[in-house]
Amino acid sequence: MSILRAEHITRRLTGEIDVTLVEDASVSIEQGEFVVIRGPSGSGKSSLLYLLGLLDQPTSGRLLLEGEDTSLFNEDQRADRRLRKLGFVFQFHFLLVEFSALENVMMPMRRLGALSASDQRKRAADILSRLDLADHMHKRPSQLSGGQRQRVAIARALANDPRIILADEPTGALDTKSSENVRDILRRLASEEGRSIIAVTHDLHFAEAADRQIEIVDGRIVSGGGAIN
Amino acid sequence: MRLALDIALSHLGGRRRQTLVSLLGVMLGVGFFLAVSALMRGSEADIIKRLVDSAPHITIRDEFRMVAAQPAELAYPSGAVAISSLKPRNEPRGIRQYRRHLASIDALADDVGGLQAAPILIGQAIFSFAGRNEAVTLSGVVPSRMMNVSAVEEDIIDGSLADLDADSNGIIIGLALAKKLSLERGENVTVVSPTGNIRAMKIVALFSTGNVSYDESQTFANLTRVQALLNRPNTANSIIVKLNDASQARDVAADVERTIGYKSVSWQEASKDLLDTLIVRNVIMYTVVGAILLVACFGIYNIISTVVLEKTRDIAILKSMGFHADDIRQIFVIEGAIIGVAGSLLGIAMGAAMTYALGQVEIQPPGSTEAINLPVYWGVDQFLLAASFAIGSAVMAAWLPARKGSRVEPVDILRGAV
Ligand SMILES: Nc1ncnc2c1ncn2[C@@H]1O[C@H](COP(=O)(O)OP(=O)(O)OP(=O)(O)O)[C@@H](O)[C@H]1O
Ligand SMILES: [Mg+2]
Repeated sequence: MSILRAEHITRRLTGEIDVTLVEDASVSIEQGEFVVIRGPSGSGKSSLLYLLGLLDQPTSGRLLLEGEDTSLFNEDQRADRRLRKLGFVFQFHFLLVEFSALENVMMPMRRLGALSASDQRKRAADILSRLDLADHMHKRPSQLSGGQRQRVAIARALANDPRIILADEPTGALDTKSSENVRDILRRLASEEGRSIIAVTHDLHFAEAADRQIEIVDGRIVSGGGAIN
Repeated sequence: MRLALDIALSHLGGRRRQTLVSLLGVMLGVGFFLAVSALMRGSEADIIKRLVDSAPHITIRDEFRMVAAQPAELAYPSGAVAISSLKPRNEPRGIRQYRRHLASIDALADDVGGLQAAPILIGQAIFSFAGRNEAVTLSGVVPSRMMNVSAVEEDIIDGSLADLDADSNGIIIGLALAKKLSLERGENVTVVSPTGNIRAMKIVALFSTGNVSYDESQTFANLTRVQALLNRPNTANSIIVKLNDASQARDVAADVERTIGYKSVSWQEASKDLLDTLIVRNVIMYTVVGAILLVACFGIYNIISTVVLEKTRDIAILKSMGFHADDIRQIFVIEGAIIGVAGSLLGIAMGAAMTYALGQVEIQPPGSTEAINLPVYWGVDQFLLAASFAIGSAVMAAWLPARKGSRVEPVDILRGAV
């Protein structure tokens, strides 16, 4: 069973002019798969990612997360699934600047409230150490380099141990060395920890590391969507 | 909740100056409210206490509110009787058969706690001493009853009301009058009544209320003596009543009037104008202070709006992480509440300090001879009222921007940011 499965999803914005962001897209993601979404600028990569990550709601089609149909979910239900099952990494680090790296990573755990405060702290420190940030845990985002910030963002995405990580151009703002570092981390999260990674990218080196590439042009998937009838 | 509080504090900590300004706004609002309210309510209580203590709770006068029923009306109770150009009978003023009425008022004491009544006959007289004449008000009283209903006894500085019983020819005058005429306790003075009766009376006691004109013109003597002087035997022209609970006066006055027919005026009715003024004063006070707090609310609305605007990106992050709209709203409402609570606490400290300082100020009321401290009210209720009003308005002021923040769509922000 696919861990995430989109069936013919379409997202239209209605307004003065109607815009179709994503049209009739079908995607199937397996557990432990590292998938990249590629395509020209403005083709709808981010829009597709938001739909797959339950940040946005398709106007038609079905989206199944671990077999559960999310089409009729309300906002709170989607927020709840994001909290428990999904992790996000964006192009810019998007950390809360008033809090330390450790506190940023703890935030989703605190919201979930499944662990005791000391266990949360331990787990956050653990994740940060695995990403080579042991010495930087108590620094604020402004005291970290771009690559370090992006690794903190990945650590935060991992906070509640999600099975799926969604990343929108995670290396878009990084230099070559940091980019390779982030790519390798995501690669390892898939092959060693069995997490599914869905990443939007323009970076060819990054895309080569993936198990599969989804091509999207003008909001339509032209190849790599996976087995969907 | 802890998480929301931490985030709220991080937002306020990031804008210290603006937070401080809105905090000061709430503090000033609460502080001034408390100072003004303490002074207003203190003086109000003082005014009412003076009214209640100095004037009788109920005064029964030798008047009727309604014209007595006429014989024609009594004869034809169901007839269409119209009476015009009614000419009142010429009759001596006064409450006739006052002893009987007094007894029926006393009988009310079974139902009304601490009801005490005393008859008085008030008339004018001329004091004559050493070639000088002074017009005075002469009140004939029954000392044993008067003691229970008025503060006269407390104001007496030399002697006692009971001395009138010991010497039926005795008279009590104010210290101010005594000084004016160079009289002393124990000396005799000639009293001339408007009816021409002349009598030498002995000063048995002196009183002083601090109110100069009262002290110079008021005198007390035995009721029977005054009745004789004024040629009005067996008459009183008012009965005054005191109650344990002055607030019952209105109801009891109505009861008395129903029982004996004479006009009975409660202190509330007698001081209606003054009491109305107090209400107007309160309305003005609460309006002005409400306006201060309203301005403070604008400050809070302003800072929370700014924070929401500045932190839309953070809101989008938190929501993408899985925070609900309610969590976001809670964060910003807490920010308003923090300002409200902290501002209230500071305001209470400031208000208490100002109230204390006001309470130290000494004033000399006009017509009074002794200085008093400004009366201030220290009731906990006004502190609670000020704090709950300030916190409530702070939360409401934060509510609108908080709701706006909770509606931020993460996708809109994420799209815009890339
Ligand atoms: N709110 C909106 N209103 C109208 N059009 C929109 C809106 N958001 C996105 N679009 C359009 O939808 C299309 C897809 O946008 P999207 O951000 O998904 O593209 P993308 O593939 O991620 O592009 P990029 O590589 O530049 O990030 C674009 O043509 C964009 O202009
Ligand atoms: Mg994009």
